[in-house]
Amino acid sequence: MNKTLIAALCMGAALSSGDVLAQDPLVTQGEYLARVGDCTACHTKAGGKPFAGGLPLETPIGTIYSTNITPDSKTGIGDYSFETFDNAVRRGIRKDGSTLYPAMPYPSYARVSEGDMRALYAYFMSAVPAVSQSNRASDVPWPLSIRAPLKVWRWLFAPSPDTPASPRMQDDQMNRGAYLVEGLGHCGTCHSPRALTLQEKALHDDDGKLFLSGGVPLEGWTAKDLRGSTVTGLGQWSEQDIVQFLKTGRNDRTAAFGGMSDVVVHSMQYLSDSDLGAIAKYLKTLSPQETQNVSITAHNVDTAQKLHDLQIDSLGGRVYADNCMACHRSDGKGYTQTFPGLAGNTVLNDAKADSVIRIILKGYTVPATASAPTAYTMPAFGWRLSDSEVAAVASFIRQSWSNSGSVVNESDVAKVRNTVDINEQRPHGMTVHDGAVDAHFSADANTKP
Amino acid sequence: MPIEKPSVDVVIVGFGWTGAITAMELVDTDLDILALERGPMQDTSQTANYPNVIDELEYSVRGKLFQDLSKETVTIRHSLAATAVPYRQHGAFLLGNGVGGAGFHWNGMSWRAFEADFRLRTHYTERYGAAFIPGDMTIQDYPVSYAELEPYFAKWEDVAAVSGQAGNVKNHIRPIGNRWEAPRSGEYPLPALKDTYGAQVFAKASAELGWQPFAVPAANASAPYTNQYGVRLGPCNFCGFCEGYGCYMYSKASPQTSILPALRQKKNFTLKAGTQVTRVVMDSTGGMATGVNYIDPQGQEVFQPAKLVILCAFQMHNVRLLLLSGIGHPYDPVTGEGVVGKNYAYHMNSSVNVRLPKNTQLNPYIGTGAAGTAIDDFNGDNFDHGPLGFIGGASVYHLRPGGRPIQQSKTFKNEPKWGKGWKASVQEGYQRILPIYAQGSVMAYRNVYLSLDPNYRDTHGQPLLRMTFDWHENEFAMIKHAIGGAQKIARVMGGDVEVNLRESGSHFDTRAYQSTHTTGGAIMGDNPRNSVVNRYLQSWDVPNVFVMGACVFPQNIGYNPTGLVAALTYWSVEHIKKLYLKNPAPLVQT
Repeated sequence: MNKTLIAALCMGAALSSGDVLAQDPLVTQGEYLARVGDCTACHTKAGGKPFAGGLPLETPIGTIYSTNITPDSKTGIGDYSFETFDNAVRRGIRKDGSTLYPAMPYPSYARVSEGDMRALYAYFMSAVPAVSQSNRASDVPWPLSIRAPLKVWRWLFAPSPDTPASPRMQDDQMNRGAYLVEGLGHCGTCHSPRALTLQEKALHDDDGKLFLSGGVPLEGWTAKDLRGSTVTGLGQWSEQDIVQFLKTGRNDRTAAFGGMSDVVVHSMQYLSDSDLGAIAKYLKTLSPQETQNVSITAHNVDTAQKLHDLQIDSLGGRVYADNCMACHRSDGKGYTQTFPGLAGNTVLNDAKADSVIRIILKGYTVPATASAPTAYTMPAFGWRLSDSEVAAVASFIRQSWSNSGSVVNESDVAKVRNTVDINEQRPHGMTVHDGAVDAHFSADANTKP
Repeated sequence: MPIEKPSVDVVIVGFGWTGAITAMELVDTDLDILALERGPMQDTSQTANYPNVIDELEYSVRGKLFQDLSKETVTIRHSLAATAVPYRQHGAFLLGNGVGGAGFHWNGMSWRAFEADFRLRTHYTERYGAAFIPGDMTIQDYPVSYAELEPYFAKWEDVAAVSGQAGNVKNHIRPIGNRWEAPRSGEYPLPALKDTYGAQVFAKASAELGWQPFAVPAANASAPYTNQYGVRLGPCNFCGFCEGYGCYMYSKASPQTSILPALRQKKNFTLKAGTQVTRVVMDSTGGMATGVNYIDPQGQEVFQPAKLVILCAFQMHNVRLLLLSGIGHPYDPVTGEGVVGKNYAYHMNSSVNVRLPKNTQLNPYIGTGAAGTAIDDFNGDNFDHGPLGFIGGASVYHLRPGGRPIQQSKTFKNEPKWGKGWKASVQEGYQRILPIYAQGSVMAYRNVYLSLDPNYRDTHGQPLLRMTFDWHENEFAMIKHAIGGAQKIARVMGGDVEVNLRESGSHFDTRAYQSTHTTGGAIMGDNPRNSVVNRYLQSWDVPNVFVMGACVFPQNIGYNPTGLVAALTYWSVEHIKKLYLKNPAPLVQT
């Protein structure tokens, strides 16, 4: 633990070294844009040097590894001209002319202006410390490893940066928001659905209402609908809610989880208030994907009263009262900025319950940010609640108060449980027994570090 | 030869409350700050993980968060003539260990001190005459006033999200709150915790007697609160697991809950757990510290050079480090000369239990560390000591920290301790027994002190600290008076009353829990002949060593010490920043 803290602090120190050097305004701008683009998310591996690559990325065809984008001339991008750099970022074309795996979101980055590209280039070339670290070949097996078909994919699905999207809205701030969301922010990478051929079904709002309407499960998390639906999207959120969420990782309603935690920590918290405001304003222009046919207030209005009076008539309610209610409360509203609300939490109305199941099984730590450093942690329940109990409580919170999610089955829980290491959460000397806990004190139970 | 590490600007020894406050207050100076904590890393999410943490057997009974006394402890004797023996099991006091120290497993009672506490000898001399103070009583004034410390009490209360009801704001006495408290500059950051039923019963009875009951100021947040460091605390849910436990609700203030999240964001701060500092290393003149030696987690000896050494270990450990390092002159009880180890003090407690009428439902499991109601009519100099002939006083209060099955299922002491009879009395008592406590000050005496033990050594071969301590008649009289008040309240409540009074003639008993509020040994004063540190907690002898904590109290107060410890730490660090860093020299001329 101590080592983790020291490592974290040391990494913090290393990451900051660019700040001191970056004096040229173009470089400063580039550093900011690298934050907006969250380049570090993929190009810095855990415990690795900034931007030296090597982070494994799971794709449907096998694991690929992010590349070294430090200005080391042998192993990085030190000998890249601006054009080579620009081709990679906005066009998906490697230095050797072949095509990048679209794990690199060049279809989104195509939206980035040339001016911003030049700033990014200046930053990476002059302010990022060069690291000599060779790129790792992908684990994609032959024949899938042949890159030629990627070229076709690129022609079909990646827009050209040469015809920049013209501002579509009257409001400058909205246009700025659209530019950030569709471009460097590459929000659609996670938050838009993808076709069988893996391209995002829409790269901007003009492509249709699938844009940012919620993604497919990625690394066990489902990115939510960011459109205007009051049931699954941001319809109930104010612009201020969105700004606060992106800046601090939490707001009066909820807190970040899954991949969004990293996005907030490494990227969004560094954005200027005006850019965050622009993003919020733009997101609020996105209309709901479908007409809502669910009333959000008529549902289960008496849950709060029943829980308060401990009139509990279901397994889900019992599990909730015993395990969840102390923080999330009988009215499901939690405590603002502290313990996320469940009543009216649109994540719970999502058709896919993977994220919720995962949080219940494994617990979750809200990301610490500069302006909200408290990393509230919800404990893990996977080691002491059975699949049926988790399914019951997940169904309960998805259908209580005003929520309108679907039922979660035991098999849904089992599927997620298979991907989670439950043992690591179990305290020493405890075994799992269908939700009950037996204590035993065998020698090996106590030797676990 | 020890391994030598690269030099740092500031090394902080110990990472409990004083270490965390010191680090946080210095971190914006851009100094390179290293905190060394002998125990393990502990944080809320891992160490206070629900429900694993609410395990009374593991934590309260087996003392999971406490110091391992088989590796290092203190030896204790009652008198100068006796041979001290090691304190081998936790009993009278519970020494903390690891990140957060005792501030991780405390209850959260957060008091200020009375104005008169800071000028105790002068105050008693003025009001009762110099002859009122016994000759062997070595009490002295604090070299700092309440007015000087007030802003630092307020700062601490914000950081710890203290919940309470002010009774005296800028000398306006309120009809509720503590009318005896020293004037505050403002309200508490959070409203008082809700009263438990027992607190309501106590308040009603004491008000009937003409006393003014008030909510104990609690570092158990009554609502979510964001402190000045941007750290947010959760709301207390009265789960009844404070003392001996970390708080899984993020509501009991602790170094890891209230400060560490903000420190983690700082690049010039490093915390190394598992590093046991063995001494402060001095230069060849003995007048300046060059750093500290510590044993790292691999058992290797390391020399950590530092420009400034700040001792933030627990009271006893700080005193021991000074003695082991040869900083200051050890106190000699025979000649009365020397200062290090002088004026060790403690608390004296007693209690009254009331078994309320049948069908009373106290629901004792609804509790929290500082959930209670108190009166201060028997505390400080809030009453005429003249006819009583003793010095000091006690806080009288009902506290409901929980209703846990092993240690908090109360029976009366003359009832069976096991079997059917015990079960019957637990059933009788669990919902009905309401305890009233008196926690009183202990004065300093010539024959009570701390020194290095000549016989016993710790696991690293260094002498243990030796405590020479026993009760004095002044404290027996003080607690008897306070318990008299508690008995009156008990009688007004109605029901059977049981009095547990520490009687004159009894000796300090290390076996039963009494209080972890040990103080003194590195006391503060206005000159090097009467103290170890000056008014800024700077060593008189080694100006680049500062000493934080209850070890600087010249004598103890009738309150839990943490509020005063924290205020003094904030006061000291403020002056380190304002004065010492600009001109690293003695801050008080001799």
